[in-house]
Amino acid sequence: MKTLTVRYFAVFRERAGLAEEVLELEASTAAEVFAATRHRHGSEEPLGHCKVAINDEMASWDSPVADGDIILLFPPVAGG
Amino acid sequence: MISISSTTINPDQLRDALVDPRAGAYCSFEGWVRNRNEGHDVLSLEYEAYEPLAITEGKKVIAEALQKFPGLHAQCVHRVGKLEIGECAVWVGVTSAHRDEAFQACRYIIDEVKHRLPIWKKEYYVNGDSGWVNCERCQSHAQSAD
Repeated sequence: MKTLTVRYFAVFRERAGLAEEVLELEASTAAEVFAATRHRHGSEEPLGHCKVAINDEMASWDSPVADGDIILLFPPVAGG
Repeated sequence: MISISSTTINPDQLRDALVDPRAGAYCSFEGWVRNRNEGHDVLSLEYEAYEPLAITEGKKVIAEALQKFPGLHAQCVHRVGKLEIGECAVWVGVTSAHRDEAFQACRYIIDEVKHRLPIWKKEYYVNGDSGWVNCERCQSHAQSAD
């Protein structure tokens, strides 16, 4: 088990009803964290439309996660 | 140089900061809040950014633009917070010796900023509903409520 801090943004935060939570997860990749928290952020968007960052670095969904990491889950962006 | 601003963007002031005697061309882009999107009448917008990574990624975008289309200076400012119709949401300015590089770098920056920076847009509609742009469930909900 890993202790991970997961942060939600924009629509993910609104759906989760919180901006951040600390979770004990078996996840080994960022994609597995996303899947494990799906009931919270309720994403129907394909994974490829969302983005992830680990410890304030943009990451890919197959990036490994380690105990103590901070995982930032970004819904589809819409700047401009 | 990229910045995230919670106050009104002043394009004239930003342009003046780019003045350079070596520049023969200046190209800018302003993105404005419009009153209609995807068939909905829009009342106002709210932008949210995760600033630490928006800045990091924005710096990369600008460095890439100046490498691909060698110019002199490039700058981008993106708003956050509540914006009314007609307000400037994003500004890009590029100077270069000749016009081609300025046009191309400006286009590159705005396109990449829209796709890569962790910035989100929530629309508030005339019918009282609201929705996050590019969020599938929000869009279908807004359409059914229209």
